[in-house]
Amino acid sequence: MNFLGLFNYWLFIVLMMIGFYVVISSTNLVRKIIGLNIFQTSVFILYISMGKIDHGTAPILMDGDVVYSNPLPHVLILTAIVVGVATTSLGLALVVRIKEAYGTVDETEIHIQDPEF
Amino acid sequence: MVALAIVRTHNLVAVVMLSGIYSLVSAALFVILDAVDVAFTEAAVGAGISTILMLGTLALVGTEEHVVVKHRVVPVLVVLVTGAVLVYGTVDMPPFGAPHNPVHEHVAPRYLAETPERIGIPNVVTAVLASYRGYDTMGEVTVVFTAGVGVLLLLGRRRRRRDDPK
Amino acid sequence: MKHHAIIRIAAKFLIPPILLFALYVQFHGDFGPGGGFQAGVLFAVGFILYALMSGLSDAQHALPMSAVRICLASGVLIYAGVGVVCMVLGGRFLEYDVLAKDGHSGQHLGILLVELGVGITVFGVMVAVFYAFAGRSREADR
Repeated sequence: MNFLGLFNYWLFIVLMMIGFYVVISSTNLVRKIIGLNIFQTSVFILYISMGKIDHGTAPILMDGDVVYSNPLPHVLILTAIVVGVATTSLGLALVVRIKEAYGTVDETEIHIQDPEF
Repeated sequence: MVALAIVRTHNLVAVVMLSGIYSLVSAALFVILDAVDVAFTEAAVGAGISTILMLGTLALVGTEEHVVVKHRVVPVLVVLVTGAVLVYGTVDMPPFGAPHNPVHEHVAPRYLAETPERIGIPNVVTAVLASYRGYDTMGEVTVVFTAGVGVLLLLGRRRRRRDDPK
Repeated sequence: MKHHAIIRIAAKFLIPPILLFALYVQFHGDFGPGGGFQAGVLFAVGFILYALMSGLSDAQHALPMSAVRICLASGVLIYAGVGVVCMVLGGRFLEYDVLAKDGHSGQHLGILLVELGVGITVFGVMVAVFYAFAGRSREADR
């Protein structure tokens, strides 16, 4: 069993858990969104690292016998990044509205003001 | 690790700057992993647009985090358990970079082999994005469009109402 | 930022290359890295830099909100429209082969148009979101 060959998954897990920790432990909503971003980027890294082939090169066709990395994960993640920033901006817009409604972006303070929420 | 610094910092402006740096670092990582298109996007989006948007939000909601000392044992425990389960799951995963992993055996070789004859453009990523997977991309564009409309609905409305009485 | 001369002049030098580079990325996406998503974001970054430098009202004078909204919708419309045109010309939805005489140039044309649609929508969304946030903060200052 070649354990060194699995380090990309472990890097992804470490990053994902850092993002997860930020999301569940912080009460500030902006920080939660940044945590979600870290979480998201860790998934991007997982996909891209799966597409890598040893001694491969970027999938732009050239003459000669060349090994290309797998282009499919690149396509998926390319669109996911842009969709990610669009949804992040939607989340930030919601945070701004919450700030206007409650005067705070802290979860516990919102709970104190509105116990039913 | 930049991500760890994000966890520890309390000033939110610094956190936003760090997340910009984090994006740039991951863009460099994508270049190493041969994904030039993705790296390009990550650098432009992560370090450019999201940083500006985050700063714009912070200007609206205030920069200082109200520090509450909480019992942080439960989140740490949850994170450690989840991480351990995920690491256990990776033991059966195919090794990194091997050319015969299951991912590379499905449709990707067909895309690489057919693109010169069928599409005739050198960048396979663009060919797959716009032609083979045209439906997907249309869906993604629609999602981006919907998110933009949502932001406009959430943030654009009140200004008009305030202008009305004048 | 009106009184920071160095930043203003540096930004002035930077904006045209950024916009030009965005166009290059948009139309060169078939051959090198790039495409509609990146180009839209880059173009928006160039424009947001202008807005940061010379103020929101100048930027909205140059590109009013109504125009941004039209960008937002027309990109998706171009994308779906290309698909419909393919159907009218006898192919399947988004089958670009029928757009020109031979398959290669048809595919080329189709990809170019679709990427253009993507770029326009992404640019519109980014600028619209920036306008929304910046408009809010200006209101808060008042």
